[in-house]
Parts: sequence; C-alpha cells; structure tokens
Amino acid sequence: MVPTKAKRRVIKSPLKSGVYFRQGNEACADGAILAGCRFYAGYPITPSSEIMIRIIRRFKEIKGGNFLQMEDEISSIAAVVGASWAGVKSMTATSGPGFSLMQENIGYAIMTETPCVVVDIQRVGPSTGQATRPAQGDFYQARFGSHGGFPLIALSPWSAQEMQDLTIRAFNLAEKYRVPVILLADQVVAHLYEKSEIPEEIEICDRYSGDGNPFGAMEDCLVPPMPRFGDGKKLLITGSTHDEIGIRCASSPVEQAKLGERFHAKLETAYDDIVEVEKSGEKDYDVLLVAFGISARTAYDAMFELNGDGVNTALFRLKTVWPFPERELKEAAERAKYVISCEMSHGLLVREVERVVCKDAVVDAALRYDGEAIEPSDIVKVVEKVLRK
Amino acid sequence: MSEVKLPGPERIHKFLRAEAFPHTFCLGCGHLLIMESTLVAIDELGLDIDKCVFASGIGCASWIPSPYFKADTLHTTHGRPIAFATGVKVANPDLNVFVISGDGDLASIGGNHLIHAARRGVDMTVICANNMIYGMTGGQLASTTPHGRFTATSPPPEGNPEKPFDLSRLVAAAGASFVARYFAPWKDKLVEAIKRGIKTAGFSFIEVISQCPTQYLRRNPAGEDTKPALGQHLFVDLKQAKSMTKEELEGKIVYGQFVPEEEGD
Repeated sequence: MVPTKAKRRVIKSPLKSGVYFRQGNEACADGAILAGCRFYAGYPITPSSEIMIRIIRRFKEIKGGNFLQMEDEISSIAAVVGASWAGVKSMTATSGPGFSLMQENIGYAIMTETPCVVVDIQRVGPSTGQATRPAQGDFYQARFGSHGGFPLIALSPWSAQEMQDLTIRAFNLAEKYRVPVILLADQVVAHLYEKSEIPEEIEICDRYSGDGNPFGAMEDCLVPPMPRFGDGKKLLITGSTHDEIGIRCASSPVEQAKLGERFHAKLETAYDDIVEVEKSGEKDYDVLLVAFGISARTAYDAMFELNGDGVNTALFRLKTVWPFPERELKEAAERAKYVISCEMSHGLLVREVERVVCKDAVVDAALRYDGEAIEPSDIVKVVEKVLRK
Repeated sequence: MSEVKLPGPERIHKFLRAEAFPHTFCLGCGHLLIMESTLVAIDELGLDIDKCVFASGIGCASWIPSPYFKADTLHTTHGRPIAFATGVKVANPDLNVFVISGDGDLASIGGNHLIHAARRGVDMTVICANNMIYGMTGGQLASTTPHGRFTATSPPPEGNPEKPFDLSRLVAAAGASFVARYFAPWKDKLVEAIKRGIKTAGFSFIEVISQCPTQYLRRNPAGEDTKPALGQHLFVDLKQAKSMTKEELEGKIVYGQFVPEEEGD
C-alpha cells in the first residue's frame, strides 16, 4: 500500500528568491503562491487580512491566479472547494469567528475529499473576543469543529519562515491525501515581522488524476484519483454518504462504514509523512515542555532559562498538530519526569498530552489566556511549582 | 435490470444517468418538468454536456441535477451551491455553470449568496425551483410561502403570518443580467427562458413556480367555492400586471421576463 500517488516535482520559484523582511501573514501568502495556489476566496477579518491583501498583489505580479472577496466566510470556503474541483489549487484564510462559520464546508471538503488549505489565525474567543490579541483556543476546533468527528490535517508554524514553508507543506499534503489542511497559526506569528527566505527551488505536489473511481480505494492506495470538472468524467460530487462512484447512499450502513474507515485509514497510512515534530534541548531531561506555534517559541526561551538554572529541560514542538503526534510524544515523555504543556488557552493541548503521556510522567500546564502572548516566565513559574511539589 | 422509463422526450435521455432512475420525485411534482425543460434547452443550444457543471444544494430540487444528470454535478451543503459554483466558474471560465436548487436553499438559507452573486455578475445560470414550501423536510413554512397559506409550521386557522419574497424582483434589484419567472408546466416558455438565460453573459436567474402536490397542495386544498392553491388562474402576464392595481394583484403571480425588459414595454 502506498500512502499517495500524487506526483512531486521541483519548480523554480515564481517569486524573486532571496532574503526578505516579511510579516508572517505576507510569508503565508507568498508560500501559497510558491505551492501553486492560483485561487483565493476570502472575507476580511483581523488578524488574517494581510494574507488576502498580499495574495491579490502577488496574483497580479505573476499574471495568474484568481481572487474573490466573498460575502462571508461560508461562501469563501465554498468557492475554494468549487475551484479545487475545477482543477485549481485553492486557499482561504480567516480567524476565530470566520473559522467557526467555515466548519460545515470544511466537513464538506473532508466528505468530498477536496484538497484545499484553510488558514486560521487564532485570536481570543469566545465569539468576537479580542480581534487583535493572540490565543490558541482553536486547537480542538481545527480537528473536531465540523460535525461527525472525521480527521483532517493541521500544521502550526512558529515563525514567519514557517508561515511560508508550512503553507507550502499544507498544499502538498492536501494534494497528496485529498483532504483539507488547516494552517493553525496565531496572531503573534501572523503579525511577526522577521527575516525569512524564498528559495530558488520549491518541491510541490500535484494531485493524482489517473484512472479509477474518484471516491474509492485503489488496489494499492487509499487515496482515490481526482479528476476535475470538464474532463468528461461526469463527476458526482456530494456531501452525502456515497459509493466509490459518487452515487448517494444516504441510508447504507455498509457505505457509511467503508467511507469513514477509509477517511481514517488514509491518514493513518500516511502518518509518518504527515507528522512532523521538532525536539530541542538536553538529551537527558527531567522536564519536557510541549507546545506549538508562538508558545513553542516562548517555551524554547524558557527551556534555556531552566537549563541555566540546572533543571534539565527539553522542548517537544508540534509542527503537525493533527493528526496528533502521539507516538513521538509518548517516546519523548517516557524519558521525562514532568511534562508541561505550554499554551494560550484555558488548557486544551494539555488534555491530549495527558491522554498520550498517561502515567509515564507528571503532567501539568503553563497557561496564558488573557490575550497576551505567553512569556518564558509564565512557563518557568509553573515548572518551579511542579518541581517543588 | 429491467428497463426503466426515463422522463421527458427521447432527445434528453442521453443527458440522464439511467442507473439513477426510477426517480424519487412525488407523483405530480413540478420538478420533473424543470429537469426536462433544462435539458431540452441545453440540447437545443447544442451545448457540450462535458463542459457543463450543475451545482445544487439541499432539498427536493437539488435532486434534479444530482444524481439524475449524466454530467459533472456538485451536490453541495444547504444554501451554498451558488457560492461553490462561483468558485468553479472563476477557476475555469470555459465551463458552463448552472445552479438548480429550491427556494428554501437559494432564497432562505442561501439568500445572501443569491443577491451577492447577482450583484457580482459571475456568468452562471441559476434555475430556482420555487414550490413555496419546504418539501423534503415535511412541509414547513418557506420565505416564499404566500401570506395566509397553511404549512406544517403555519397551521390553520391563521396560516402564514408573514409576507413572501418576490424572488425575481429581488434578484433583478440586486443587478442580475437576466431574470424571468414562469410556471413549471409551461414547457415552451420555460425552455425559451432557460436558453436566453444561458446565452446571457453574467448572472441569469430563472424562477420556476413548481407545484408540490404532497406538501403544499395537500395542506391547501381547493374547497367547493375556491380554486386550487396553485394553478394557471393565479398567473398574470408582466405587461398585463402593469395596468393592474395593487389590490387586483393581491395573491397573483406575475410572470414573464423581468430583465432585460422586453421591447415594447
């Protein structure tokens, strides 16, 4: 069984390569261009709007791509899915309330196995919350926001460079596995201006469009081929439960079980390709910090501070948030006495950490939920408290 | 498998997915007539069916193209087919994009997309099967149900306390390039309107008043001294309507080509 039949190829950058001083959101838009995104539909919302402003400029520069400012976030993701079936790599970007509005059609993208990228720049919630302040409260929403509980992929960048690089990766994974991919960023990373680079060459992936039923497993691959509209394939695309051809089976237990099992299995088969984590710090450690996004960058600082204080500390950073990197975390946690989740919420990531680490170590969390970016001292304080116990 | 009789004239059978039949429309439903007229219009214009995409939403009318059309179909989430279709058309302008859906789908939950697509002017043909009720979910009140009519959620004796949308005029006001309204049984008029809609560059809207015997007519039966809740007698030609008073037009359905206004008006 091969995880994907998507083709990889190396292309010359359509944008001027070199070192840039860019905002995270700008780097994200550039990453989309590099990955081959040629359709963007979106609705303005803080703190993600710079992405749409940058991408329409880039489309004009490269004399390609189509941009639509839609009437809301629901229609934005709908247009993105439509464009993807027209054969064009497509993306939208949003934040908090807009991400909530997109959930139904993200589920539609899962059900119809439509490659697309949705950028969520997390801000403070619930509801309108604080539009300009950072948070990481969409951790579970990214995975479970759409009804039904079916899997997708979510990646989390911690720098302007990764806003670009993980956007490229998001497109490649979407094309490989015919699944919506969420770029789960946050307001700090999105608005961070820093040095980053556009390489001369980029590796991109294109969906497999060979022969076979568009919604069924192939003999050697769980990701079916994806033709596009106008190819004469007479496609039947539906958000209802369907068979391998696309015919609705709105009350067939067999087809529902088969479809749902394959949705899970195709990502499990590709686990090693999808999951990416980064470990840093001491080889032998008592304390393992677990974080993603800007919290990981703060934790990286805290790690040095703790090591300086004689507390052997390492950092486990999730670049892939979903599927949750449980094998890697379990292995890393086995060597720790204390595992500390560092996050900007009332404690979401820590629930996954607890589930995975189980009884291998003491689990606690350093939380910041007042709309301020988490600081190294927030983490150091929690570690000190845990060590005193 | 035994031979299934396909609806409509033989010329449209090449556009139908035979394995999806027999169809699930109720006896006497107007939606089958809309299916027939749409495909006749496509055949008469000689469109390449492989370059046509049919989007639909949720509800009885959404089944007209999906799964019955042997063509590219996009059966979307409730209310959003126009938004999906917008992405399709903009991403590949060579495709002939259609939306065929109901009044609940296009005008209630999807109302915002309808008016914005009309304003935006993306080139597509939207056929709205308006049966003035929620058929599939059990006959609930629609934003198009006439005042006073009975539905599952506007029961007797008062009936619908609200006023309905005049969809064609709404879409015309929003800036559509082509708008027409006809009754589903009027095949010739409907085929002609759909053909004009397809040929018109920009956003075309054809509202088809479609009879729903199961949910609408059954709840609003014709009494001994009243005429049926829906029928030829309710329709008034656009030109004729211009000389009628507001009171005279009460409860009537004005039909014709609203946009562009026909010569001689």
